Amino acid sequence: MGEEATALPEIDLDKVDEVVDPFLGKKGIMIPVLQNLQEEYGYLPRPAMEKAARKLKIPVSKMYGVATFYAQFHLAPRGRNIIRVCKGTACHIQGASKISDRITEILGITTGETTEDYRFTLEEVACIGACALAPVMTINDNPHGRLTPDRIQEILDSYE
Amino acid sequence: MFEKHLMVCGATGCLASGSKDVTEVLEKELSDRGIRDKFRIVMAGCPGFCEVGPIIVVYPDEVFYCRLDPENIAEIVEQHFVNGEIVEKHLFKPPKSKEVKRFYDEIPFYSKQVFNVLRNSGRVNPESIDEYIMRGGYRALTRALDMKSEDIVEEVKTAGLRGRGGAGFPSGLKWKFTLQAPGTKKYIVCNADEGDPGAFMDRSILEGDPHAIIEGMLIAGLAIGSDEGYVYCRAEYPLAIQRLKMAIEQAEEYGLLGENILGSGYNYKLNIKEGAGAFVCGEETALLASIEGKRGVPRPRPPFPAQKGLWDYPTCINNVETFANVPLILRLGAEEYAKVGTENSKGTKVFALAGKVNNTGLVEVPMGITIKEIVYDVGGGIQKDRAFKAVQIGGPSGGCLPEDKLDLPVDYDSLTQAGAIMGSGGMIAMDEFTCMVDLARYFLSFTQNESCGKCTPCREGTKRMLEILERITEGEGKLEDLDTLRDLASSIKDSSLCGLGQTAPNPVLTTLRYFEHEYREHIEEKYCRSGICKELFEYAIDPESCNGCRACTKVCAVDAISGEKKEPHKIDVELCTKCGSCVDRCRQDAIKIIRVGSEADVQG
Repeated sequence: MGEEATALPEIDLDKVDEVVDPFLGKKGIMIPVLQNLQEEYGYLPRPAMEKAARKLKIPVSKMYGVATFYAQFHLAPRGRNIIRVCKGTACHIQGASKISDRITEILGITTGETTEDYRFTLEEVACIGACALAPVMTINDNPHGRLTPDRIQEILDSYE
Repeated sequence: MFEKHLMVCGATGCLASGSKDVTEVLEKELSDRGIRDKFRIVMAGCPGFCEVGPIIVVYPDEVFYCRLDPENIAEIVEQHFVNGEIVEKHLFKPPKSKEVKRFYDEIPFYSKQVFNVLRNSGRVNPESIDEYIMRGGYRALTRALDMKSEDIVEEVKTAGLRGRGGAGFPSGLKWKFTLQAPGTKKYIVCNADEGDPGAFMDRSILEGDPHAIIEGMLIAGLAIGSDEGYVYCRAEYPLAIQRLKMAIEQAEEYGLLGENILGSGYNYKLNIKEGAGAFVCGEETALLASIEGKRGVPRPRPPFPAQKGLWDYPTCINNVETFANVPLILRLGAEEYAKVGTENSKGTKVFALAGKVNNTGLVEVPMGITIKEIVYDVGGGIQKDRAFKAVQIGGPSGGCLPEDKLDLPVDYDSLTQAGAIMGSGGMIAMDEFTCMVDLARYFLSFTQNESCGKCTPCREGTKRMLEILERITEGEGKLEDLDTLRDLASSIKDSSLCGLGQTAPNPVLTTLRYFEHEYREHIEEKYCRSGICKELFEYAIDPESCNGCRACTKVCAVDAISGEKKEPHKIDVELCTKCGSCVDRCRQDAIKIIRVGSEADVQG
């Protein structure tokens, strides 16, 4: 799991029991278990996945396979603020790449990366369905529409 | 008793334009005047006209306020809600017209639309089962409870319903196969994994009218003999999931879901599964794998899910919009339902209309309407009166249709013949500033990225096609690349395992078919006429048109534009990063896209 950062906070593995126990003995539960684990820790720490896999009697490799297949799962801690630049068709033709270029210029990170101070993580999303306001991005769950490159600095400044 | 009902659009588009702030101010202004309890404020589903959001529709006055700002609210409350006088300046005003439009029926955007599937969206409180029932909801279910399975299937077949999720397979036939398949248990699955970029119809239906989906699935369950269903919904749609959960609880409370529904002996359990972000899971066999908790990779068909689906039991999968049509068929009767549409495409289709049209939003039109009517009458034409270049239908699996296809009727077969597909319903209009080669590259980079990697043609083939397209957009293309693209496209279409790969080449094939001249221009003349592919054009200011207003110099981040006030300006092509900010700012249309190295001819 190469994307793990070096200085990780201590992980309280007792929470794995709380997450996994309600699912024991049920079928088709791998994805909900991973979703709940991620909600608990903010990402999927390796020791937590190993413990969950043991409890569910699933090979950890299989769990890792599922976790890496879906875009929703993250194996490394992410920033406090998640920027998602919409790269849907409407946003693409209205200049979405100029928006992400500007963010990269300001923060020095490209898609999938997190700033060193964990303030921002930059992601792309296929479509958030606000095509009328293209180009759009969301920061955490706040949508920002009708963007132009010169507005980006000010918007980023409003997130701590 | 409420004096007025205020339907505030609470869908994603309006939320992004600030409808939450508008509602907060509305609550406050009413409370401050001590009249809050006379007004019912509903965060309603999407009324479709995202372009002019945030929107508040006032009943019973039938007034459609739009483009609202929190600052406008005090005036509306005072003048309209207290003094009874409509605030005209916040009504809809069509561009270039002085006349304001008061309500849905007067606004051109709505004039050619037919509200069947979206009949409740934006008009009822989606969190109230009572309002759904008042509008005729669950009547279709009671009718179906008295019918034999075969008769329900027959009714859906007669109605001519075809799948709204992509390929347009006849739904009645699919139901028949699942009914006839032997199995001790059968499942109904609703595909709400709407992953196409530029498509948000299914989300709007789930958010605006969740009970319609439940009712449609219940009827499908009766038709095929199933007692359990799954809705597989993108985790990116939290509001849709929340509304659906609430609707399921209400339906259970009313005895419309669960054990012994309405005393009929019919049991039905409905579950929600959240997807985890993989476009390929919109493919039915991959979706089933994902519900089972595995990696969402497709498997070969046959056996089709109708024979061997979820946990190997016969399974009927339809998408959200398809299920939303089902109660309509049972309530109206197949023949009445089939009056809308064409010979082989019945009913309506919901499109997410976006791109460079004036009126973007969610639209529901009868099958058989022409593309021109959608783009010009509903969509209000192209922004800034620019020239129409193409319309992209069907997302990454679909195609781009040029101007001479504007009169094409929108039905399954005409679109397929023209190289596009009905798809799930994304419709993006494009003007002269959209580069078709770049668009093909864009879609292919999407499908390439989302390819699950199981089969070689899709995994490797799309990668090779993407590399070629990248080369062409960077000015390194060769003429023989066009043949290679066509060859690769046909092999990938023929030999990919699932729909993702089989349709991935479509955007490339249609742009090659209708816009080959743009590809050739990129390759032979190293020129991108749309000003998108950065290596293949430059900007220059036309001294005849420039009035020296200096607006462009203020937005240029690299100070590449020089010139005295009221004198024609010049762009230094060495400094220019081609960000296009100046083009958007120039009111004189003086900044031209030119061939690399030809700036001396223009700027002197």
